[in-house]
This record gives sequence, structure tokens and C-alpha cells, in this order.
Amino acid sequence: MALKQISVFLENKSGRLAEVTKVIGDAGINLLGMTIADTADFGILRIIVTDYEKTMKVLSENRFTAKMTDVLAIEVSDTPGGLSHIMEVFCKNNINIEYLYFTIDRRSGKHLVILKTEDPNQALAMIASNGLTALSSLE
Amino acid sequence: MIFNPTAECMPISERKELQLKKLRETVARAYKNCEFYRNKMDQAGVKPEDIQTLEDISKLPFTTKDELRETYPYGLLSVPLSEIREVHTSSGTTGIPVVGLYTEHDLRMWGESAARCLAMTGATKDDIIQNGYGYGLFTGGLGIHHGGRTLGATVIPISAGNTPRHLQMLRDFKTTTLTCTPSYALYLAEAAQEAGVDLTETALCRGLFGAEPWSENMRLQIEKRLGIKAYDIYGLTEIIGPGVACECTEQHGLHIQDDFFYPEIIDPKTGKVLPEGEKGELVLTTIDKTGAPLLRYRTKDITYLFRDSCACGRTTVKIHRLMGRNDDMLIIRGVNVFPSQIEEILAATEGLQPHYQIIVDRTGNHLDSIELRVEVDEASFSDETKEMEALRRRLQETIKSKLGINSKITLMEPKSIERSIGKSQRIIDKRKI
Repeated sequence: MALKQISVFLENKSGRLAEVTKVIGDAGINLLGMTIADTADFGILRIIVTDYEKTMKVLSENRFTAKMTDVLAIEVSDTPGGLSHIMEVFCKNNINIEYLYFTIDRRSGKHLVILKTEDPNQALAMIASNGLTALSSLE
Repeated sequence: MIFNPTAECMPISERKELQLKKLRETVARAYKNCEFYRNKMDQAGVKPEDIQTLEDISKLPFTTKDELRETYPYGLLSVPLSEIREVHTSSGTTGIPVVGLYTEHDLRMWGESAARCLAMTGATKDDIIQNGYGYGLFTGGLGIHHGGRTLGATVIPISAGNTPRHLQMLRDFKTTTLTCTPSYALYLAEAAQEAGVDLTETALCRGLFGAEPWSENMRLQIEKRLGIKAYDIYGLTEIIGPGVACECTEQHGLHIQDDFFYPEIIDPKTGKVLPEGEKGELVLTTIDKTGAPLLRYRTKDITYLFRDSCACGRTTVKIHRLMGRNDDMLIIRGVNVFPSQIEEILAATEGLQPHYQIIVDRTGNHLDSIELRVEVDEASFSDETKEMEALRRRLQETIKSKLGINSKITLMEPKSIERSIGKSQRIIDKRKI
């Protein structure tokens, strides 16, 4: 199973990140992972959260444009070459990565790499057959 | 339904005779009763009896908006003041307002013009018209109001603004016909969506929209989101407001009430009258207005005249939907740009809302720059920057290829561009020219 991720469109103006994180925090939602892709004019905030439906609801109520997408959360060993091993597997199987970022599974303390690929299901099948572990939830 | 089949379906030769008769009467009255016209005609060396054919109208001098301002408030009055029943003016945001003076006869003519327009779109006395044009000095509100009453329909004079009430009345009173500006129609659709009201499920089946330029693609959006047929109605404060021309259910050009308003198309530079089918500035002469007639008024609206054997049966001449105005045309590094062209491109780009703002500036290097701010919606938003950049580049390239200008595109959050109730503030020109 893929992991859900919510992306939020943000205009590049001061206070926008403060506003969006406040909306999420005030709703009692915990951020389990995040990254921002930025361009000159706008940013895309990508987050892993504790309650997806509620997050989408509060974002929409507060007039943010948000979208849910499937990503992969793969356990990565906290040692030199940990990520390199995973990348090698993806490369050999010709699976392109659109973007990636890191977070930690707070239950196990294990490091995770969050990856976006074109076809998450195809990637999931490949992950299993290569001895990698993908998580469908961080809760 | 045709409101006045005799007038609207008259054979063309008969219509021309009628137009000539009315034109001669109008010119004679204006010359006799109004010093402004008398002076102008004397200066041009033309007398009322020089108008022997319709073509002779070109001997008359034009009337311009500046002259209307110079003659404020009563300079065009052509009857005793006690005959005037209603006064309207433009908003006057650009200076002295333009005045409209209406006698009882004129109000009846206006009412009939607007009633004919409503009927053209299929409205009858059984319809409920929710009139979202502003009431007051603005001709939109009372123009449609007079028209609705003349038609015998039910008019809800709700005026502009107060969107929640609009939605409530629309549902509760089973409104069939909406009249407002096209941008307000879209705004209403958004507000309905937010309030969880499905407009396509209501009794609403048609809308007459005008008072600002709008594109064919904006029409499609309105029709889809409101679940109606959207018709273009044309008018201007100087003439009578809404009712001068309107689309029939064929939605192919606007029928001008040419037994009330005699249209010409001229080359805006030379003033020469252009033949039917050629694009230029619309010039109107009121041939059935007594209070303050307008002779050869330059509207600044760009369009062309055409005749087709319209399936609706009307023989009145048509104008193409407005193709811009002489005065909102932007010249960017020498390139002429109509905001409606940009709107067309936006509406044709999937995932972008037709809410936009154009910011024109002249920066340090003394060259014009144009920034186009557009809103991104759920459909076009992607979690990948490359997709968003591709959207922006696509838009930039389309503008470059269609309009020949380089532009900066700024993607904005939804609803971050101010919605206007009346005419949209779509262009911000910061240049000091």
C-alpha cells in the first residue's frame, strides 16, 4: 500500500507558511513529515499527517488549494550507503523518482525516505521483491 | 416568442423606409430644438433637408463622449424640461458623468427594447426575472426592470451584491431568468458551490449578461456552472442602457433594434463609413428618442454589422459580439492587446479560472512589461513543480504566439484576485504615459 501525502499550493508571500501550519495545528493535526518545493513565485508544501480527511477539510475551509497523492515510504538504514542502496534498486528497475524527502517513523524510530514515482503500484511490487520495506501509514 | 413581430420581422426595404423617415424627423427636431446640434450642423454646413437617403447620414458630424461631458447636464435636451420623466447618468468614475434624459415616449421605447431582448432569449410573461444589475442612476437595473414589466414578466429587483440573498431568492422564488454582469454570474456560481447549492438543479434556465466585455469561453463556463443558456445583451448609458441589442436563442450575433437605433460601422481613424462585414467602431443614432437624441454617437465599441437569415425570423441587422473597445485596448511595446483576447486564452487553458488581472508597467529600462496573474484551481494544481511550471510555460507560449507579446505569468491561489460586483478591475496600468 502506498502512503498518502497532501500537497498545498502556496503563493510566495510572507506569512503563508505560518498560516497554513496554524490551520493544521489548530485542528489538532500532527505533521509527521514535510518538505517544501519552492520556485520564484510559489511553493508546494507536501505533508504527511495524522488525519488526512480532516486536513483536507480544514485546508479547503480556509481556502487553500490542496491535493492528495500517493507516495512511497521506504525504511532506510541509518548508515552510510543506506539511501544509495535504495536508489540503486530503483535505477535497475527503471523507475524514475519525481522528488524525495526524509522523515522518521516515530513508532519504531526508523528513518524513512518518502518518494514520489509515476506509478506507485508498480514501484511497490518492485520494492517487495527487492527486500525493501514500504509503510502505508505512519500512525 | 417575438415581442413585436411587425417591427422585428419587417422586410428590409420597408425597414429602410421607416428608418429614413424616423432619421429625418430626429434630425429636424434636433436642429430645431437643440442649440448644440444646430451649431454643430451649421459648422459642418449641413441642413436637416440634406438628409434625403439613409446614406446621407454620413453628412452629419459625429457626437463624442467628450461632447456629452461638455454639455452636462442639460445640453442635449430637445424637449421642454417638464417632459423629462427619468434621469440616468454613468458612474462618472473618469470625470463628469454622461447623462441620459428620458421622456414618457423614451421610457416606453426603452421598455419595449428591453422586452424584445428578453423575449429573444425565450422569456415570456410567465418568467421570473431576478435582476442583478444595480438599480439607481446606472441604466442596467431600471432598463431590465422596464423591459420585464413591458413583457409582463415577474421582476425581482434584487440589484447587485448581497450574494447570499441572491442564492436564497433564486431557490425560493424559482427564478427562471438571471440578469447581471457576466463576472457576477461566475461569482454567484462560486458562491453557490461554497454554499452547497447546485444551480443546475434550480428552475434557472437562462441569463442575459452585459455591461462588460466577455468571451465565448466565459459563456461556456457560465452555461456549464449555472446550468443555463447565457445570452449577450448590449447597451450603453448614452443610448438607453441594456436593450440596444441582444442575442436570440440562435446565439449567433446580436440583433440591434434598428428601428430605434440606426447603426453604422466606421473606421475609427478616418471616420469613414465601412460596409457591412467590416470591423470597426460602432456608431449609433437614436431615431426614436425624444428627450435627448444622439446623432452619430461614437461608442468606441469594436464590432461589425452583418445580416443572415436568422432562424428566429427577425430581420433586424446584427452585430458580432463586441471585439473590444477602442479605449481599453492596451498597447504593449507597440502591440495592440485587448483584455478579451487574454481572457479567451485563459479560458481555453485547462485548469485555469477566468479570473485574472493584467498588470502593465514600464520599468527601469523604459520598456513595457505585462504581468498576468491567474488563479490555479484544484484541477490544475499538481504536487510536482515541473507540472506547474509547464502550465505556466504553456500559457506564456500561447500568449506569445497569439498576441505577440512576452508576458510574466504569476500563478495565484484561488480566490486571491478580487471579485467585482460590477465591472471587473482586470487591468492595472501603472505606466505613466
